[in-house]
Amino acid sequence: MTSNLETNPTLLKLREFDPAAVEDARAFRGEVTLYLKPVHFIRACEFLRDEPGLKFSFLADVTALDLYPQEPRFELVYHLLSLETAQRLRLKVRVASENPRFITAVPVWPAANAFEREVFDLFGIVFDGHPFLRRLLLPEDWEGHPLRKDYPTEGYR
Amino acid sequence: MPVTLERIPGKEERVILSMGPQHPSTHGVLRLVLELEGETVVRALYDIGYLHTGFEKSFESKTYSQGITLTDRMDYLAPLSNNLGFCLAAEKLLGLEIPPRAQWIRVLLTELTRIQSHLVWLGTHAIDLGAMSVFLYCFREREEILHIFEAVSGQRMMTSYFRIGGLALEPPMGWLKAVRKFADRFPARIDEYEALLTRNPIWLRRTQGVGYISAEDAIAYGLSGPSLRGSGVDWDIRKREPYCSYEEFDFKVATRPEGDVYGRYLARVEEMRQSLRIVNQAMEGLPEGPIRADAPHIVLPDRESMKTSIEALIYHFKIVTEGFHPPVGEVYQAIESPRGELGFYMVSDGSPKPFRCHVRAPSFANLQALPKLIEGRLIADVVACIGTIDIVLGEVDR
Repeated sequence: MTSNLETNPTLLKLREFDPAAVEDARAFRGEVTLYLKPVHFIRACEFLRDEPGLKFSFLADVTALDLYPQEPRFELVYHLLSLETAQRLRLKVRVASENPRFITAVPVWPAANAFEREVFDLFGIVFDGHPFLRRLLLPEDWEGHPLRKDYPTEGYR
Repeated sequence: MPVTLERIPGKEERVILSMGPQHPSTHGVLRLVLELEGETVVRALYDIGYLHTGFEKSFESKTYSQGITLTDRMDYLAPLSNNLGFCLAAEKLLGLEIPPRAQWIRVLLTELTRIQSHLVWLGTHAIDLGAMSVFLYCFREREEILHIFEAVSGQRMMTSYFRIGGLALEPPMGWLKAVRKFADRFPARIDEYEALLTRNPIWLRRTQGVGYISAEDAIAYGLSGPSLRGSGVDWDIRKREPYCSYEEFDFKVATRPEGDVYGRYLARVEEMRQSLRIVNQAMEGLPEGPIRADAPHIVLPDRESMKTSIEALIYHFKIVTEGFHPPVGEVYQAIESPRGELGFYMVSDGSPKPFRCHVRAPSFANLQALPKLIEGRLIADVVACIGTIDIVLGEVDR
């Protein structure tokens, strides 16, 4: 993927489709990161998945970052891959620390199911509309969310 | 309370069965919840986390170099692939150039890793379905590869041989002889496995048409690696997004149109032959030269100069006690591990420890397709379907 953001075809096409969707765009080491506005997220994802010439039909990964004590505290990170063009794209959405929640991407990419459960389990971010949002790796009665930065590495003792 | 399936009103005669986590065919500690009507699986649910060790949290309190040892323990059947993914991600973050000799040795060893990982898969998959001798043959050959790993790294399984910037050590003299000996014998050995299975009527009945998934579904569920190629999708990261000098090697992507257990079996067997081709090419064209990048503030100096040069000693001290400082940024590096797309998402805040290191584990994603494969099929097919997606629970749970 070309790292020059001004001529990046994905960014140009997405801006043409929905001028308000992209909040911010960054490039580092040839990888492009687009920050999307939460309300535009699902529509933009469907566009990226279906648009000829983009076809980001493969959701490789969903994870999160905890930027504590910064606000908004969380960033959700989606890694997309287009099997046709062999391009990759990183989408990000900012989520506030107070009652963190976001909308699920499962209707767009079924693969998001387990990844979002993992993020829910380890970061405590709730995905609205997720079909089976239960803890995945930790026991049901576990306290806290270990990948948050204010969770000690040794756990609570 | 572990997760379970809710009963559907009016269908109380159905049996809800918990399979695992200690069931021998789950290849680790995977628990399945199956709803059965007679012998047919109506619904299925998987329950994981029994091996969760919090690697991603541990990465945040270790320096980049220390993190390598954790990666071995994730996918313990393909330790060198995991080492490679982690090192490539860190090198991308740092913007390091790796000398060709190190790259070629990496390719050679990761292809041997692929072969030995597929051998474990084939052996256990076959024994699950009742073919005992294949298991013994596969482990015989795997042992030879583990001896090669031991020769280069001192360890059979927890190799940690690749380092950020190159390799830990120059491989010992005569190691290529062992590789050549293995490479010469192995094609006949693959023929031997195929003679036992490929046209075996029992094998065909147990695998053909079982665990079918279409190409569209496979992509939607995030399947990757041979599990995706077994559904006819021509996607291999080594070919389409070459890393670590794979573009210099000539090999074919093993794709099968069937989409069932048999198709994935054929894809993996063909992949072993292709990996062997790469190993042979790497042996023949192995370049001479250094095995570490020229970056004294990142790569440890060799023993000799550390003891004779004050500068090297200072660098050594700094790297070991403090680590190195990559620039602020984030990278995602995907490699084709034996199981599929293994991705490392690494975020640096400029300190010597990663701010976050997330692993996109192929087994974790591939497992999502399991309920799809087994729903509507007989309970005996569940075992075939677990084997065919080739999961390693250490990597699923991390």
